[in-house]
Amino acid sequence: MRIKNLRLGNLWISVTSVILGMVVGAIIMILSGFNPIENYISLFTGALGSPNAIGEVLREATPLILTGLGFAVANSAGFFNIGLAGQALAGWLASVSFALAFPHAPGFLLLPGAILAGAVAGALWSGIAGFLRAYFGASEVITTIMLNYIALYATNAVVKGMLAKGDGDYSPTIPVQARLRTPFLEKITQNSTFHWGILIALVAVIVVWWLMKKTTLGFEIRAVGMNEDASRYAGMSTKKTIISAMLISGALAGLGGAMEGLGNFQNIIVNTALPSIGFDGMSVSLLATGSPVGIILAALLFGILKIGGLNISIASTTPPEIVDIVIAAVIFFVGANYVIRYLSVKLRKHPKKQPPVASSSEPQAAVAERAAQAEEEGEDAK
Amino acid sequence: MNIMTLLLTVVSTTLVYSAPMIFTSIGGTFSERSGIVNVGLEGIMVMGAFSSVVFNLFTAHIFHGATPWLGLLVGGLVGVLFSLMHAVATINWRTDHIISGTVLNLMAPALGVYLTKLIFAGKGQTDIIQQPLANVTMPGLSNIPVIGPIFFRNTSLVAYFGIFVAIFSWWVLKYTRFGLRLRSVGEHPEAADSVGISVYKYRYMGVMLSGLLGGIGGAIMAESITLNFSVSTIVGQGFMSLAAMIFGKWNPIGAMGAAIFFGFAQSLAIIGKYIPVIANVPNVWFTLAPYLITIIVLVAFIGKSQAPAADGSTFVKSR
Repeated sequence: MRIKNLRLGNLWISVTSVILGMVVGAIIMILSGFNPIENYISLFTGALGSPNAIGEVLREATPLILTGLGFAVANSAGFFNIGLAGQALAGWLASVSFALAFPHAPGFLLLPGAILAGAVAGALWSGIAGFLRAYFGASEVITTIMLNYIALYATNAVVKGMLAKGDGDYSPTIPVQARLRTPFLEKITQNSTFHWGILIALVAVIVVWWLMKKTTLGFEIRAVGMNEDASRYAGMSTKKTIISAMLISGALAGLGGAMEGLGNFQNIIVNTALPSIGFDGMSVSLLATGSPVGIILAALLFGILKIGGLNISIASTTPPEIVDIVIAAVIFFVGANYVIRYLSVKLRKHPKKQPPVASSSEPQAAVAERAAQAEEEGEDAK
Repeated sequence: MNIMTLLLTVVSTTLVYSAPMIFTSIGGTFSERSGIVNVGLEGIMVMGAFSSVVFNLFTAHIFHGATPWLGLLVGGLVGVLFSLMHAVATINWRTDHIISGTVLNLMAPALGVYLTKLIFAGKGQTDIIQQPLANVTMPGLSNIPVIGPIFFRNTSLVAYFGIFVAIFSWWVLKYTRFGLRLRSVGEHPEAADSVGISVYKYRYMGVMLSGLLGGIGGAIMAESITLNFSVSTIVGQGFMSLAAMIFGKWNPIGAMGAAIFFGFAQSLAIIGKYIPVIANVPNVWFTLAPYLITIIVLVAFIGKSQAPAADGSTFVKSR
């Protein structure tokens, strides 16, 4: 028997994975001589303990919701978009450049224009990979990796050569009317970097949910993702669908980048590495198992872990990288959801009784495995 | 700079930069030929780089000149251990291969920097190693007229070792019993299983070989180019190796060729300004060149690469 699909779990799998991931983090902290309970407490107080911290968490989550959605859309079409980071960078550059190009335009034109520029740039960047895949069969894994680095170095050259004043490594700050951060938001969150982008992200969640579940295009994207040949046989244009999915995915990633440009940084800098919102968005989407609402929750969790992680190193000597280890462990358990299902079925069948000898555990394991498979098949039938 | 020095510089920088990718892309080939997609090569390289640098820093006073070579071995062994996580997840626990590989990529830099901070009193990067993998001039070979100075003087020995490993791996995959069986579990695991070949065993070996060679690749990167470990020691070489493997159509010699090609494109960024014809081209184009050329060559000449038939699938032995 052969299995080849992205089997993702449901809510309780995600919750179990988060708990197990934190247990792994705790074990690593104990092994290296730190107090995990103290650290987790300072993590959560650091992330949720003040309006400022909550503002930072929401700001951190905003681009992750968008890049997470971007990964989910491409993934529905059976497309592995590693290029989110490059697409986000293209969106960041385009939105900031647009805002800087029209410093005297009124805000009601400039802000939507800059946001749109970000989305279009991201879409074009991933559209290249979609086009090459659809018409030349070029592996999107290679092309999006290469496009990531092209985006990184090209963006840096543009920032340094065209946008920056003198020999600087950053562009000027965008005009006030193009900023997503406002004095009002700063006031209610004690000068955090929280910005209106969260509303854009939430609207994007609704739009993507509607697109994927209620429109013909969404249906075709999911159909192509499940079986490209069957979709073609049913009369769908797989080329068009692949490119559409990639354009939507890139537009969302580009929006994520625009959030960094118009909200968080309010300018663009020379980056030494690809922005982390790309790979983090991928993780968010995996943890959310592709569901749009789950993406909001997963992005908030990532925001809490990342902002709270900063507090760990203030309160103790534990390196803040422990948070990234926890995140990796969480994704590991999301991926290994089969084992979680299997063990849970086994535990349900035999709540207390331990197999007395090794040989008798074999048929029990077989029963449990069949039950786990029956459960999986039941879900497939839905 | 005269033509001879130029050629020598081109060849030696190409080899220095391609060596890490040669090893890693061959590792990826073994894994994928056994049917396990390995996008975690980047993470494996990070662990190899980290462990080799730590080993090098702490034992240089014991092993002296042999330290960097032992460091490669240490990097490879740590790579094997790290890759076991991928093996267990994909082979036994039915994890999607891409998710598991991504976990390696997420885990390795975090773990590497975490351990670095533990070992080096809170510093996020290590000191510079005192015993790097230096360039060597090969006695005898370097005296051959014209070719000798270009290819064998002041050059990367480890890259030649990589070329040897590529040819050896090709032979192993094509002509040995081990290679045939490894390929069979990647092409059609049910058929292999039906004639008594342990699919699980060969897939474990495929993934562990990718761990060994990927770890060595990372160690070469750290010990010959960056000379310390930090979060920016491995920045994309693993992904480039993955691309080299696909580029080389899952063939060790093809992967090696692609890795050398990437190394050449990267060396252009460094020595481009000394080549008269293209000296005036802005530097950014040389930086972009390897990535642009890869896309162009992929589209124009390679087209759709055919992965091993069962690549990326999980085999479940029927009872």
